[in-house]
Amino acid sequence: MTLAPSPASRGTVLAALGAVRPPLSVVAEAECLAAFETDAYIQVRETPLAAVLPESEEEVIALVRALAPIGVPVVTRGAGTGISGGAIPHADGVLAVLTRLRAIVRIDAAARLAVVEPGVPNAQVSEAARPAGLHFAPDPSSQVVSTIGGNIAENAGGVHCLKYGLTVHNVLGVRLVDGEGELLEIGGEALDAPGYDLLALVTGSEGNLGLITRATLRLLPRPESTQTVLAAFDTVKAGAEAVGAIIGAGLVPAALEMMDRVVIDACERYMALGLPKADALLLVEVDGGREEAGEALGQVEALLAAAGATEVRVAKDDDERAKLWKSRKGAFAALASVLPDYYTMDGTIPRRALPEVLEAVYALGREYGLTIGNVFHAGDGNMHPCIFYDATKPGEFERSEELGGKILELCIDHGGTITGEHGVGLEKLKQMCLQFREGEIAAFHDVKRAFDPEGILNPGKAVPTLKRCAEWGGMHVRAGRVPRPDIPRF
Amino acid sequence: MSDFIAQTAERVREHAARKSPLRIRGGGTKDFLGASGAGEPLEVSSYTGIVAYEPRELVLTVRAGTRLADIERALAAEGQMLPFEPPRFGEAATIGGTVACNLSGPRRPFAGAARDFVLGARIVNGKGEDLSFGGRVIKNVAGYDVSRLMAGAFGTLGVLTELSFKVLPRPPAEATLAFEMDEAAMIEAVNRWAGQPLPLSATAWESGVLRVRLSGAASAVAAARAKLGGADVPDGGTYWLSLREQALPFFEGDAPLWRLSVAQTAGPLGLTMPQLVEWGGGQRWLRGDAELGPMRDAAQKARGHATRFRGGDRAGGVFHPLAPAIAKIHRRLKEAFDPAGVLNPGRMDNF
Repeated sequence: MTLAPSPASRGTVLAALGAVRPPLSVVAEAECLAAFETDAYIQVRETPLAAVLPESEEEVIALVRALAPIGVPVVTRGAGTGISGGAIPHADGVLAVLTRLRAIVRIDAAARLAVVEPGVPNAQVSEAARPAGLHFAPDPSSQVVSTIGGNIAENAGGVHCLKYGLTVHNVLGVRLVDGEGELLEIGGEALDAPGYDLLALVTGSEGNLGLITRATLRLLPRPESTQTVLAAFDTVKAGAEAVGAIIGAGLVPAALEMMDRVVIDACERYMALGLPKADALLLVEVDGGREEAGEALGQVEALLAAAGATEVRVAKDDDERAKLWKSRKGAFAALASVLPDYYTMDGTIPRRALPEVLEAVYALGREYGLTIGNVFHAGDGNMHPCIFYDATKPGEFERSEELGGKILELCIDHGGTITGEHGVGLEKLKQMCLQFREGEIAAFHDVKRAFDPEGILNPGKAVPTLKRCAEWGGMHVRAGRVPRPDIPRF
Repeated sequence: MSDFIAQTAERVREHAARKSPLRIRGGGTKDFLGASGAGEPLEVSSYTGIVAYEPRELVLTVRAGTRLADIERALAAEGQMLPFEPPRFGEAATIGGTVACNLSGPRRPFAGAARDFVLGARIVNGKGEDLSFGGRVIKNVAGYDVSRLMAGAFGTLGVLTELSFKVLPRPPAEATLAFEMDEAAMIEAVNRWAGQPLPLSATAWESGVLRVRLSGAASAVAAARAKLGGADVPDGGTYWLSLREQALPFFEGDAPLWRLSVAQTAGPLGLTMPQLVEWGGGQRWLRGDAELGPMRDAAQKARGHATRFRGGDRAGGVFHPLAPAIAKIHRRLKEAFDPAGVLNPGRMDNF
């Protein structure tokens, strides 16, 4: 947040929106607005003055140009799957819902790129590219519903980013409407663009620098062959060391996922998958040409055995692969069976610190009397500890929040970061103040001002003001109150 | 804070107070690149050394004055590399200069550019503040990505002091194949192959000959070789090194060198100048005296941009002009990071 625009009245805002020609699709009735009052960071709810559902780039421009002169906040929303609160409306503002901009403009198979509107769900891009033997590599677990616009705004990751990169590595260009209602064409079809790398700034900017109206995405060939292995370990430490051994041997697996005992037990209770009894399970996926993947699989099996795996299961076909992945992908649904409520963190640490940080996390859990389960994107050190609590017990929710804060601080202390892939949003504003110093926070505000001098785009998110470090929160799944609990989110 | 960073910050502050420009200089191997900058030299090549390197983390942190040669030696000892295959253009080349120019070599279209591997940057901005952005972990979305912004900013937004990178294992096997084909056929072929799961790591075409490099597991390279056909090039490694360093005969002599970065599938540019095409069709080098206008038009028609890379009249503009809306953002960023305009002013034409 840079500037706090002084609120315009509801009447003024509706009049400004109503004056736009051709008319915008405006939602202003309270009962309809209720659908938009939060994203997947559900314990914060806010009703905007209005929601607008633009159907073209021109309408997005018209929307911003109508609101910028009267300083009305504009919050952009896609599918609302974000867990850090980035798409929660502003009480004095307008919510721009971009889900109607959902055209796949073209798939250029020869150039290996897709031009899409921001409301296209991530998985649809790969689906459309499949006949050409191509795919869009970033695969956040929410990919069936989460939109490309939201993926770019959050610089979404997924389980395959160690090898294929984050969203920032797979976007060639965007068209973006800035805070003054001006259309910026950033990047394009060439591999680079003249001038500063504005594409890097925009990716991960959490709706603070502009509204994306179109994106050019890089598509990659689908690997010819994929091999998946599940290995069991007696300790998380042994599992973490196996990850180091695999990377140390010069392999870059497409995925390296780890789960601890709490998660394994929950999956077993919830899905009865027949998982090995273990303190840690490691899921390793290697891909490439048939020969290459086969060769890598042999190496991985040998390394896992040498690292002390108590059991190694190799998927023989796609069915078996899906079964091995089921534990990881269904982990969060399974966790909901442990206790009614949980709160998920998103820190990243240097992987070598994993055993130590994990010990400290368990110790904190004991100190706070709360159970913590852990899933990790182990290849890149991105950890998702889940704190379980029961919101019906007085004080337990507050204790979980405090504990979550301690975990993020642990990540910072070990040279890591407070968010690997889910963004700061409203949730981690306080920890931003711990991770960065005053000068850096000031520079972030400078960056925002370059795109949005009046500070109307998603004010109060992503970057804290220097005086505001008191907020604290997290993702709370409260007894089924999470919207669409069936959608995997991590 | 190290003495070097403290002294640099002090020097920048002092120059900012006097509005006296500084010309940031590492090994001096890229003096030819960009518009000529005015100012007193700010030597940064003395700030050297690897701060942290943990091969199993795939993360390297170095001081910006460290020579590329030293970094690559340390990585090679662990079987790893900077995946963007940076050109050096001289032994004194530093990692800071490489990132400032966002220079990437033949592997770029298949692995990524310098900016893709930057994880963190410590800088001294134009106000003389020591700032750190990004970090030393592979996944990090806290704050705007100011570290990547530094890649290709030619030092106009900050003096780079320390940089963190993602590094990768070196491919165990490599092979080079050669094919005779004309330009249009080459553009079609390299794009078609790039759409298949083949271990491509470089392409270059010149005078009717396309060379393709394969890198990866020995089995993958052997399978791709069998599939693609072509003639084996026994000294492939030498060729790619010479291409990276612009030491091939194509790059000899004083004729201006143009770089056109265009859509990889764009057809032949139709310019009657000697040409070398790499990056799967995405980077086209041209030699000769030419007016800016026609070169920019040709690049734009091919959905890209033109740079006077080496030689020629550099006063009239080196880089492709920016659209007014994009230039507006540039101006504001420059004013924010370097309000007195003392860091490499004019090195990027207007910035």
